[in-house]
Amino acid sequence: MKKTYKIDVDCANCANKMEEAAKKTAGVKDATVNFMMLKMIVEFEEGADPKAVMQDVLDNCKKVEDDCEIFL
Amino acid sequence: MTKKQKKVLARIIISALLLVVIGIITSEKLSIPYLSDNRIVGLILYIIPYLVIGYDILKKAFKGIKNKQVFDENFLMAVATIGAMVLGEYREGVAVMLFYQIGELFQSYAVGKSRRNISELMDIRPDYANVLGENGTEQVDPDEVEIGTVIEVSPGEKIPIDGIVVDGTASVNTSALTGESIPKTVTAGDEVISGCINMTGVLRIKTTKEFGESTVSKILDLVENASSKKSRSENFISRFAHYYTPAVCYGALALALLPPIVRMIMGLTPDFGDWIYRALTFLVISCPCALVISIPLTFFAGIGGASKAGVLVKGSNYLEALAGVKHIVFDKTGTLTKGNFEVTGIHHSEMERDEILDLVAHAESFSNHPIGKSVQEAYGKELDKSRVTDVEEISGKGITAKVDGKKVAVGNSKMMELNFVPYKDCHSVGTILHIAIDDEYAGHIVISDVLKDNSKDAIKRLKKLGVDHTVMLTGDSKKVAEHVAGELGISEVNSELLPGDKVSKVEELLELTNDREKLAFVGDGINDAPVLSRADVGIAMGALGSDAAIEAADIVLMDDDPLKIVKAIGISKKCMRIVYENIYFAIGVKIICLILGALGIANMWLAIFADVGVMVIAVLNAIRALMVKRIAV
Repeated sequence: MKKTYKIDVDCANCANKMEEAAKKTAGVKDATVNFMMLKMIVEFEEGADPKAVMQDVLDNCKKVEDDCEIFL
Repeated sequence: MTKKQKKVLARIIISALLLVVIGIITSEKLSIPYLSDNRIVGLILYIIPYLVIGYDILKKAFKGIKNKQVFDENFLMAVATIGAMVLGEYREGVAVMLFYQIGELFQSYAVGKSRRNISELMDIRPDYANVLGENGTEQVDPDEVEIGTVIEVSPGEKIPIDGIVVDGTASVNTSALTGESIPKTVTAGDEVISGCINMTGVLRIKTTKEFGESTVSKILDLVENASSKKSRSENFISRFAHYYTPAVCYGALALALLPPIVRMIMGLTPDFGDWIYRALTFLVISCPCALVISIPLTFFAGIGGASKAGVLVKGSNYLEALAGVKHIVFDKTGTLTKGNFEVTGIHHSEMERDEILDLVAHAESFSNHPIGKSVQEAYGKELDKSRVTDVEEISGKGITAKVDGKKVAVGNSKMMELNFVPYKDCHSVGTILHIAIDDEYAGHIVISDVLKDNSKDAIKRLKKLGVDHTVMLTGDSKKVAEHVAGELGISEVNSELLPGDKVSKVEELLELTNDREKLAFVGDGINDAPVLSRADVGIAMGALGSDAAIEAADIVLMDDDPLKIVKAIGISKKCMRIVYENIYFAIGVKIICLILGALGIANMWLAIFADVGVMVIAVLNAIRALMVKRIAV
């Protein structure tokens, strides 16, 4: 399952870091951050609960880039 | 500017003013007691603008360390500026922070601006639909309109949803979708596509799709998600940034420690201050932002510019691949030719053109075959089927019928042999339709597919762009295929192919390609889906309104003009040129500054240029990719 979330982040490198952090989160199969459109596209593992996973994704992103936001 | 940006701007102005004022009052010329000669007082004074401009960076750097994310640019800036302050270079310390913030502000402004620019380019999203009810029209959200609803579109309005015109005539502007500026006239019974702008009359349209399934939604969705598919250049830059920053940091550490230690061993003065200053300039240069921002921005601008020209690119990776295309495989029918058969000649007939067409068209009046249709079209008048009797269709040969009591036999050479009528062979290429009237040979009609007006020009220009190898695949006969290829200047022809053969032929050709030389397949997208997906770059043309083509292809040409292929390649080449310019320029300047910094020639001011200046130039250069108008075609 794929879902798209709106994000807010200031710099392109930070967006790349968010992408890596999201990819490493358990329950996420793949993630892409589109800095130009300020979107995060997350593909979830089968059986994963998107809501819970996205909360982890947000926490992980906050760790690598404090000044970011994912609009869940 | 957003609130956030305004706040940063205010901080920049305040700290810049403070910096100037402090610079004046502490200058040696004024020699004010305590201000110009006391280092502690100087430090306290300079810390004020430093904190004004840099407090958030320091905070982020601290949080970064706490979260074990050491090598981010906040950390680098914090270390570099604090280091400068410790060394007594107060002014430089504040200035580095100041310029770093100016650079960040510019970047976020430029990116926001181009984001808006590109969204404006794609401003085809309709805001409302006028649903026709019993008491006039009612404005509703296009999302709420059900299939089969009649909507009204006044002049100046966008058609919100795909549908069929039920009433009214108007010329519509499709330029937002196709880049084509000549308006199209539509009238009752015509299909219309959402995203077009009604220019003249009031149209009433019965919707055939939901808004989410309409052309305009699909296109918007496609373009907005296009930059999510990353190109190799983008991935290269991400990887580069991943290694570059830590490498420069360790380099800085080595520069700060090793030379002084070596000097100490050699019995010289260690000069710690000098080497640490050099190491700090390293840190300022180490931020990879110029690269990391300018490459995706270039692709984004390129994709935006292309969509304005009626070329939809589904991902940065395809734009990149398109620039490297050396082999293009074309489908013939519908791609290079118009795909509809036309009567191109009538030979050896002693009757008038109209007279013979009248008889043949009537004989074929019950036929649904494309050949029969084309004769009917050439005749161009209403058919009176009551004049026709005794129609007999002989499969694979032709038709006999009585028209006005005359026996008309129309068909291929076998048909003539069947009726024992001697016939004359034809030199023209195409389908030959022999005619016998009352068992007397009455000449033949040549029917052939016609080349698109721009096909020849397109092939010529492709060669100029470096695409030397052009291949045409067709299910048509060898004679027709070779004739068309000869006329267009196509180098290789494969004819009489079954649909499955096309895939295997393309696979064969793919063996010839490598990383640098890509293969593109151009088809009309309706029955070419497997081939489109197999090629490095699948280009579907004439896709306006065809969902299948939009799904299967990597690049979608909204109208069926072959010159758009040339335009698409031109855009991709320009985009890639800018990408490489930025990569070489940014990495080049940084490396030169690193070397100069290590040698002690570059000071912190040059380092600031290497960081902020390069980024500004790279971003401005990236935005050039948006300008696609002047690309020849």
